[in-house]
Amino acid sequence: MGYEPQADFGTPESRSDESVSLTVDGREVTVPVGTSVMRAAREAGGDIPSLCATDSVKSFGSCRMCLVEIEGRRGTPASCTTPAEAGMVVRTQTPRLAKLRRGVMELYISDHPLDCLTCSANNICELQDTAAEVGLRDVRYGYEGANHFAKSPDLSNPYFLFAPDKCIVCSRCVRACDEVQGTLALAVDGRGFASKISAGQASDSFLSSECVSCGACVQTCPTSALMEKSVKQLGKPERSVVTTCAYCGVGCAFRAEMKGEQLVRMVPWKDGKANRGHSCVKGRFAWGYANHRDRITSPMIRENIDQPWREVSWDEAMRFAADRIAAIKAEHGPRALGGITSSRCTNEETFLVQKLVRAGFGTNNVDTCARVCHSPTGYGLSTTFGTSAGTQDFDSAEQTDVFLVIGANPTDAHPVFGSRIKKRLRQGAKMIVVDPRRIDLVKSPHIEAAHHLALQPGTNVAVLTALAHVVVTEGLADEDFVRTRCDWDEYQDWARFVADERHSPEFLETVTRVPAATLREAARLFATGGNGAIYYGLGVTEHSQGSSTVMAIANLAMATGNIGRPGVGVNPLRGQNNVQGACDMGSFPHELSGYRHISQGDSRKLFEDDWGVALDPEPGLRIPNMLDAAVDGSFKAIYIQGEDILQSDPDTHHVAAGLAAMDCVIVHDLFLNETANYAHVFLPGSSFLEKEGTFTNAERRIQPVRRVMEPANGPIGQGLEDWQVTQLLANAIGCDWNYTHASEILAEIARLTPTFAGVTWDRVIAGEQLQWPVTDAAPQGSPVMHVGGFVRGKGKFVVTEYVPTDEKTGPRFPLLLTTGRILSQYNVGAQTRRTANSTWHPEDVLEIHPTDAENRGLADGDMARLASRAGETTLRVKVTDRVAPGVVYTTFHHPDTQANVVTTDNSDWATNCPEYKVTAVQVTPSNGPSEWQESYAEQARRSRRIAAEPAE
Amino acid sequence: MSGTLAKLQRMADQIALNFTAIGKDNAVLATADHIAKFWDPRMKAAIFASDLSILSPIARSAVENLRAGHEPPPQTGATEFNAVDEVGHSDAG
Repeated sequence: MGYEPQADFGTPESRSDESVSLTVDGREVTVPVGTSVMRAAREAGGDIPSLCATDSVKSFGSCRMCLVEIEGRRGTPASCTTPAEAGMVVRTQTPRLAKLRRGVMELYISDHPLDCLTCSANNICELQDTAAEVGLRDVRYGYEGANHFAKSPDLSNPYFLFAPDKCIVCSRCVRACDEVQGTLALAVDGRGFASKISAGQASDSFLSSECVSCGACVQTCPTSALMEKSVKQLGKPERSVVTTCAYCGVGCAFRAEMKGEQLVRMVPWKDGKANRGHSCVKGRFAWGYANHRDRITSPMIRENIDQPWREVSWDEAMRFAADRIAAIKAEHGPRALGGITSSRCTNEETFLVQKLVRAGFGTNNVDTCARVCHSPTGYGLSTTFGTSAGTQDFDSAEQTDVFLVIGANPTDAHPVFGSRIKKRLRQGAKMIVVDPRRIDLVKSPHIEAAHHLALQPGTNVAVLTALAHVVVTEGLADEDFVRTRCDWDEYQDWARFVADERHSPEFLETVTRVPAATLREAARLFATGGNGAIYYGLGVTEHSQGSSTVMAIANLAMATGNIGRPGVGVNPLRGQNNVQGACDMGSFPHELSGYRHISQGDSRKLFEDDWGVALDPEPGLRIPNMLDAAVDGSFKAIYIQGEDILQSDPDTHHVAAGLAAMDCVIVHDLFLNETANYAHVFLPGSSFLEKEGTFTNAERRIQPVRRVMEPANGPIGQGLEDWQVTQLLANAIGCDWNYTHASEILAEIARLTPTFAGVTWDRVIAGEQLQWPVTDAAPQGSPVMHVGGFVRGKGKFVVTEYVPTDEKTGPRFPLLLTTGRILSQYNVGAQTRRTANSTWHPEDVLEIHPTDAENRGLADGDMARLASRAGETTLRVKVTDRVAPGVVYTTFHHPDTQANVVTTDNSDWATNCPEYKVTAVQVTPSNGPSEWQESYAEQARRSRRIAAEPAE
Repeated sequence: MSGTLAKLQRMADQIALNFTAIGKDNAVLATADHIAKFWDPRMKAAIFASDLSILSPIARSAVENLRAGHEPPPQTGATEFNAVDEVGHSDAG
């Protein structure tokens, strides 16, 4: 009961299949080969005092506290650096050891402040615990000698402090930064008594150094030298609850450490296999938005969007919404209604929103933000492999020899997995990066990509076909794999196609701008370098040929035999925490949960019988189609949960026109987001800390989301989780739903969705690591897919013809804009902009090559106008050779910039996923915001007014 | 309406163009299959009612077939959905 830190076994676990048995203090212990004596003792339930050892980094052997006696060995070896051996007889507690340890401890404490009672680490301090364990009672040296007591703290980082007087120079922080995070921002500066922890150069603070604020050093610090400011402020937590991060698709497991309903800190949960105890600046620290003053806590309505908002009761808001929906349905039919599910909400909430649309509204006009990110993955991998989920778990990267990273920037967008890739690279794996921009994986401390194919944006298919050309024509294909696992005739058709001279790297060099020799070397390395794994992101999907690129990736993986075992595979890096889950839950307009097409009578009947309604057999509208139909007048009402389409979707003017044309826009969110400027009903949402449910990460891992505080959207005891709000709306329009807990919705999902058949709330909250499919055949889930055969028979090779995008540069728009993300901000920034993460990224900037900048008279930091045929905005430029000449790059985290004013309505041919990554633009000097920015800012201000008094 | 119709025509042509590499007859079937599975009724109705002569030949044939009620069986892995009790397929985006 109460607060306990998570157990620390001192040294990392060994994954050996062989085991050894030894005796520790008379107790027999059996551990995997490679386990340290320290870990063996701790796994057996005992403890050996230690200070420099922790199980997230390799043993170091410096603190001299963990000494033990081993029969037959001389001296007192350090237990952290001594591997357990068969038959070993270890003693961890003897008078001799006690004396040695006490002597060492006495030296530590002689230069450590004895302000334990007022220290932020009081009672969560390993130094304190160790002093207690060794029974230190006196420091014979006194405290008057040279010491570090007067050193002032470094408070520069917004989330944690560094107090040098509390530092014992165990170097755990340095090693965590090196080994776990891989940033190498910290060092022990100086020697002996002068040793001190230093971030960056001597002149740097933590904030100005390369530190990425992942929190690994803070987590590993045994004292209060590196401590969360929130712990200093609030004190020791009183309990902890395991939950799942609500940022990116990595889906890190955390312990929410609480005092009552106050979150004290989020600490990575070491038993979560998605992150294995690591975190990034977003999940670890950027949770303050949950209590931000911008949170809307009351439902609001207005007759039209020119009026101020009026705060009303839930009843009145639901009546207002239901009346409008009923009127629209009566006049225009159910197909004038629709909804958008959220990839940030839980599986249960997403499932209910699509159920509301299909069963309540009576239409299949439901879509989700996967439309604008990974829908081409769905199409492409389904076509080739028969299923589109990522083929591997994250642990698989530990066995990869060659990484091929295409259109993804894991160290910024999926930082915890990025760190795992870097760790593997430092062990000797090779890296090939295909990206127009020089991302950190190309070159950063202690890692360097073997090849960087800095292609022209929009030429992914050409580059991948050229890679395949080299594999086939140089005889590097794994034909044995192809013959057993794939359709051989289709392979031969494909091989003939890619072998054509017009697909050679030399022929395509003028299109792709990738030197043919480099491309050939990269292809040879991928095909012959051992386990080859492909990781890709939105730089693949958000193109007019996004689906083709995904198929080309799948072709390459199959041709080189890189499918169906650990270390290989094709892995889409999902942008949002629950993109995978939102898709699994039937968020797409053409299919029910479990990927069954809405036109299938027996599938429909399953749901019709369960829900007691008839379902429309025709597919519904996708998000872009909804907006088109709204402008045309045939789509009138939308319920949007946890999604800000005005900021996140392309061609902002068109999105605004579509929203403005509707009679009933219901926005359900934490904040008055940009889309809410066009809303008639605002339903306040609940954050991931305020509700129960499940998220499914990019590995198909189904993880718990736990309520650790009351939802802020109501008086105490009356706050509603998001699924409860959806249920209110459903019942207001005549449904009869009676869910009392998210677990009941999960049970319905499991009943209706074969891949979830074995998933229960009890299993999820017990911490079972379930990766769907969880069925009778695979009761514990499926970490790696397509083992022994593709899930639906043979792998299919698909010919992918390179079709250039319609978006072309010319005299008016001579540069290509591509967009991406940055570490500290998340997506539209609704959460991270309301935290101290804005310290690192207060505005979107435009990266431009020095040559292009000079030609335009632009210097670093100048304001520039960025214009395309769709619209224009202004933002500050950053002159850098990270981008090639002719290419500019920005992020889309800030509504003041709204990069999507500039992006166009081009989209992927198969899925309508927008072509965010290629827009022809011009950049010119500017001395102020664009007219659009000014008018938008004014409109946003007006539309966010809330009436002071309830209107009569 | 014209803006949306132009988009639909462009989408149909784009689908057809990306199937061209599998040969004309197959491309017609695959384009028709794609539109049948992923377009909402009003989108289908709009393109059925439009001047098909401005479409590329493959897109035109595909739309004509669909308009005549000839919906082909699944032509790609992406249009072979799970059966009611099947576990395998996923088109998670």
